[in-house]
Amino acid sequence: MNELVDTIMHLALFLIFGGLAVLAALNLLLQRHPINSALSLVVVMMSLAVLYWSLGAEFLAAAQIIVYSGAVMVLFVFVIMLLNAGEEERTKGSKIASIAGFPGAVAIFCLLSFVFLSEGHKLGLSHLGGSLDEATSNISQISSLLFTDLLLPFEVTSILILVAILGAVVLAKKER
Amino acid sequence: MVPISYYLVLAAILFSLGIAAYLVKRNVITIFISIELMLNAVNLTFIAFAHQWNKLNGQIFVFFVMVVAAAEAAVGLAIIIALFRSRQTLNVDQVNLLKG
Amino acid sequence: MHLSDFQLFVLITIIKIAVVLVITLTAVAYTVLLERKVIGRIQNRWGPSRVGPFGLLQPLADGIKLFLKEDLMPMSVERPLFVAAPVIALACALVSVAVVPFGATFKIQGVDIFQVSNVNIGLLVILGITSIGVYGIALSGWSSNNKYSLMGSLRASSQVISYELALGLSLVGVVLRAGSLNLRDIVNSQIGHGFLSWNFFGGLQFVGFFIYIMAAYAETNRAPFDLPEAESELVAGYHTEYSSMKFAMFFMAEYANMLTVSCVATLLFFGGASSPFEGWLPAFGPAWLQAVLPIFWFVAKVFAFLFLYIWVRATLPRFRYDQLMSFGWKFLLPLAMANILATSLIMALRS
Repeated sequence: MNELVDTIMHLALFLIFGGLAVLAALNLLLQRHPINSALSLVVVMMSLAVLYWSLGAEFLAAAQIIVYSGAVMVLFVFVIMLLNAGEEERTKGSKIASIAGFPGAVAIFCLLSFVFLSEGHKLGLSHLGGSLDEATSNISQISSLLFTDLLLPFEVTSILILVAILGAVVLAKKER
Repeated sequence: MVPISYYLVLAAILFSLGIAAYLVKRNVITIFISIELMLNAVNLTFIAFAHQWNKLNGQIFVFFVMVVAAAEAAVGLAIIIALFRSRQTLNVDQVNLLKG
Repeated sequence: MHLSDFQLFVLITIIKIAVVLVITLTAVAYTVLLERKVIGRIQNRWGPSRVGPFGLLQPLADGIKLFLKEDLMPMSVERPLFVAAPVIALACALVSVAVVPFGATFKIQGVDIFQVSNVNIGLLVILGITSIGVYGIALSGWSSNNKYSLMGSLRASSQVISYELALGLSLVGVVLRAGSLNLRDIVNSQIGHGFLSWNFFGGLQFVGFFIYIMAAYAETNRAPFDLPEAESELVAGYHTEYSSMKFAMFFMAEYANMLTVSCVATLLFFGGASSPFEGWLPAFGPAWLQAVLPIFWFVAKVFAFLFLYIWVRATLPRFRYDQLMSFGWKFLLPLAMANILATSLIMALRS
């Protein structure tokens, strides 16, 4: 009985938020105005955060919301507002791209989903992991892995961020 | 209980929509946005595999992808601002100075 | 009628959500009244005093006025985003109350009734929802198609991004001491020796507290950081074009954010719902009193923080934009990092 409720809840979560993500991604593709595309991506990211949580990655779900939709996408929206970007116009290049691009994207999708679905029984089932109750949290495990085994990559990434900040400041600075 | 392959197919859908948007869109910012969409789709596969193997390394990888994507967004948007200052346009077809 | 555990859980949760929502909205309405009264007294006038005894029904009158006003929709706005922006702002402001534990653990039928949901990453949830809230402000300015609104929302989004760093880093000291992101655990790590074991006093987190309070004032766009709606420069900032209930939603969102900030400050630095004499005085009174008394302490602390908000607004002049940015990046951020270093050093030396 309890397992059935769990399965139904998990499937419902997956269908609702997966569907939302797909719809928002389609909207991203179809909208002409960059700000609408950016907002669709925010919706994709937030529904992906829910899916991360359902796969037991609650820290990354929170990081997805805070870092991606709270900082990176705000930056995108900020730049779109700052540059006052209007609707994009259709050009010759976009025609060629859509003639070649759509079949390519469809082909990649068919290939990937064929592989995933034909090997699906080997991949097994997911269960509603790391449910957000008071008891379990994988943050301590993640941090101990990050600060012991993977300390060097972590430090290198922080230097990368520092370089990126300096580069962004230099690039965006007005020339005198 | 949802099969892991469903998550992977969802990631594949998002990834191919990202590719399509990347190819069709003519606005630099939107192209950049579709790159972020592809990164997100890949992150979903990482987390699905991490769940399948019950190991945290996949999640750590996603963490690094997020950090690098944040750095990339900062630099990329700075480049876009600099581009807009010099060319007054965001259309990639009009940024063709290096084209013969 | 007999209910299964699951049905009971759903029922109690829905009741909890409804009660908390109603209380939050009432608190928002009365915070507005409190602000008008207190600022009135500080400026040597009475404040609203006509509607009801001591003006206590003023929020009701305000609500009726805002409902009945004409809802203007300017010609050249981006219609969907213009409508969505206040909804996003208000929803994000109200949702974060859901993870706040506003009383001691008190279970009925195995469900904790003094917290809507006990999430193991509660602090991150609050930070995340707050960071989504900026979309409401950013989109309202952009979709209004008005240069003052756009200026206001550009200011707001850059201000929120800048101060979010200092805000997040100022909380790390508390998280280090508690060793958990669960708000209930953080509160429980501060009980034992009365107010001396609160993070502000015993935890030596007063630097973190002041950084948090300043960054949070900037996050909620309140004085002295209210540049996004600086009326002397930008008419009314990002909500210039809004009227009637849409304006009221922004207004409510601002005060609900104030409430959230006060709740978080209480939980993280002032022991949440624990009494200042915890562990010194023996527990007294019947069981219901022991359940209600923590709520009293929590409300008292939150009220104190709301009063501080209003006091600061009535006292300090507004920052200039360059001062705001250099204050955030050159003063608060390094100070927050130094606070983390000092806290972890002391903790390492003690252990």
